[in-house]
Amino acid sequence: MAGPIDLYDVANAERDARAHFSRRAFVCTSTGCLSAGASAIKQQLTDTVTDAGQEQGVQVVPTGCFGLCSRGPLVRVETRDQQPTLYEHVDTDTAQLIADDHLLEGRQASADTVSLELPFFARQEKVVLSNAGKIDPDRIEDYVGQGGYRALQSAVETMTPEGVVKTILRSGLRGRGGAGYPTGRKWEFLSLADGDQKYVVANGDEGDPGAYMDRTIMETDPHRVLEGLSLAGYATGASQGYIYVRAEYPLAIERLERAIREAKRAKLIGRNVLGSDFRFDIEIRIGAGAFVCGEETALMKSIQGERGTPTLRPPYPTERGLWGKPTMIQNVETLANVPVILERGAEWFASLGTSESKGTKVFALTGSLNNTGLIEVPMGITLREIVEEMGGGIPDGRAFKAAQSGGPSGGCIPAPYLDTPVDYENLQKLGSMMGSGGLVVMDETVSMPEVARFYMEFCRDESCGKCTPCRAGTVKMHAFLDRIVSGVGRRRDLQHLESLCHTVRATSMCGLGQSAPNPVFSTLEHFRDEYLELLVPDEAFGPDGNGSSPDAQRAVATSPGGVR
Amino acid sequence: MSPRTGPRPNVPVTIDGVEHKAFEGETVLELAQRVGVRIPTLCHLEGLSIYGGCRLCVVEVTGDRRLSPACALEVTAELEVTTQSWTLHEHRRRIVELLFAEGSHVCAFCVSSGSCELQDLATEHDVDHIHYDFAHPDAGIDASHPKYSLDRDRCVMCTRCVRVCDEVEGAHVWDVAMRGSQGRIVAGMDQPWGEVADCTWCGKCVLVCPTGALSFKGRATSEMVHDPEVVAFLSTAREQGEWLDRKADA
Repeated sequence: MAGPIDLYDVANAERDARAHFSRRAFVCTSTGCLSAGASAIKQQLTDTVTDAGQEQGVQVVPTGCFGLCSRGPLVRVETRDQQPTLYEHVDTDTAQLIADDHLLEGRQASADTVSLELPFFARQEKVVLSNAGKIDPDRIEDYVGQGGYRALQSAVETMTPEGVVKTILRSGLRGRGGAGYPTGRKWEFLSLADGDQKYVVANGDEGDPGAYMDRTIMETDPHRVLEGLSLAGYATGASQGYIYVRAEYPLAIERLERAIREAKRAKLIGRNVLGSDFRFDIEIRIGAGAFVCGEETALMKSIQGERGTPTLRPPYPTERGLWGKPTMIQNVETLANVPVILERGAEWFASLGTSESKGTKVFALTGSLNNTGLIEVPMGITLREIVEEMGGGIPDGRAFKAAQSGGPSGGCIPAPYLDTPVDYENLQKLGSMMGSGGLVVMDETVSMPEVARFYMEFCRDESCGKCTPCRAGTVKMHAFLDRIVSGVGRRRDLQHLESLCHTVRATSMCGLGQSAPNPVFSTLEHFRDEYLELLVPDEAFGPDGNGSSPDAQRAVATSPGGVR
Repeated sequence: MSPRTGPRPNVPVTIDGVEHKAFEGETVLELAQRVGVRIPTLCHLEGLSIYGGCRLCVVEVTGDRRLSPACALEVTAELEVTTQSWTLHEHRRRIVELLFAEGSHVCAFCVSSGSCELQDLATEHDVDHIHYDFAHPDAGIDASHPKYSLDRDRCVMCTRCVRVCDEVEGAHVWDVAMRGSQGRIVAGMDQPWGEVADCTWCGKCVLVCPTGALSFKGRATSEMVHDPEVVAFLSTAREQGEWLDRKADA
């Protein structure tokens, strides 16, 4: 049996191979651009180059997400002597132009381009997505060529597991799945847990509407997830890792599967990782697309092949998790940060971001914006910078109204708070949350009660049904919202809605139910007038409407929960 | 639960301002029941695994912002819980109302009226009116079993039947299908109950059902009397070895 590959040999060979090419075209092959015809474009570029017999000097690379998804399909051309050019909205016609003029002749094609100086690109700080648009996700050599797996190598060769945990603790990295729990603390819990068998799980069950950060990371740089997960295993003493991906992400699954196969062949995971005594295996588990399976206890049930419903905590997964063994669940983006932290040091990482929230955060920027797509920004950037500069403002000169962060568990941030630095604490103070990174921008034409109804419909459909308040409560909250939005709501409907929101938040079993009322609370806090305008006034119900009718009395008698 | 032997209770726990001594590993609900403090429950049943789904037993814990289900909350020294407050009462009343609103619970012609835990909970929480729209579900009646029948519209999804069949009888006839408000109890592989060969006809699911969802056939209004305590009796008897004929052994 051959030993593990030599990372430096592979990287050097890659660099030499790259030096042969005078021109390189990078075609985005993430889900967004693929659905717009990127694979045909890539084929066309390759064919043209091959037909011209130039494949020794010109390379066409299928790569991961460039970020500016609203302008896809995107093709970037790099040559030795010119600045890189990014072509937007490429179709078969422009692809032919790009191939003929730029790839073969070396002069810029007369096709639509995007300036790489745009704030959308210039303001980004790429840590997790540093390889996005640079490497072919299907080739392990590309990842190694960018310095990949060196963090794992130096960890297993020169560091103790405790040393790795301490580094992560010092870096101040916090969970990117939403709650922002300190990652190092979780690692510490698992490393101290008793057990002959421990598990680490990468949570790729991203479910928030409009969010695709984790999908992009898995599609763009699958080996980074594997390396992060292996490092988590090494630090905590786990020998088995799982990547839980939802079935709606077939491309991510395909690329991860290929990555696992190649990493095993290169002895980067498996029985003796990089020739050391550390044993670590990774398997993929495919979720059936239930939102609640992103909750850690439901996720573990699903991995075990059971019905994906949450269970009571405590015991916490790090005490009793998969099959009763200590288990740690980490978001994909969290794990993707780990190799960089070990390579560049905890202090470097801690220098990014704010005092409580370190590093960067990937956001999926969607909604009423000129530039939508995926961005990675340092923590502490203001919402105004994201929306106005990077997002390029709202189309057609409309005014910004609010941004929803944290998906159905989060809340909206209205215009007066645009200058708030984005980090875990500030968003929580505003009644929202960081969430996994979905950021939906809404303009002045949007009705906030309708937004609340949309998210409540989502929660209603995704409730697992185990606990009463979430199962039945989301149905009734949605019914109240529907009545209000449809213009037949009365004041007591709003009162019942609010009291029910308090009960569902206070009594639900897991995060789904506890946070389901958040969009209602936050839209009510900032846009209560919009709700009141939609209500049918009490006077409309005749002379008894002011409190003498049984209906009005009942409305008064039902005081909101939380008030004694 | 079996009468505890061994060490005396020594964990100081305050319930509603009164200090009690709890056994180690005891839950707040077990302690409360032992010392005579009433905490409403629905899905919980002594002798079955803890489910924590109905959320009626939630209590306030001093120093914790969140409410905790008493059925699953293990005692710790100096734990302070409040089981009765206006807030809790309101939360519980709304949960009972939600249960009424999502099902089809008409006591006047229900087979279990008078032996129904949902009815008792409604009385306990002053439910004289449902403030939410009734869902009027039509989840179906399964009367294919020769001895028993299932009316899914009266089901509160406590999963006692699922657990007793799996954990005590060992047949695992019942399970939950679908999710959210579409969730329902199914027999076998979502077959008519009468066709499920695994069913042993033991009737434990019927005895533990808190409402009129599961009943003996041939009973008219108010004639179905449940006996959930049978599970506690069975598990105690098993633990104590009461099955064995000790005289014959001797």
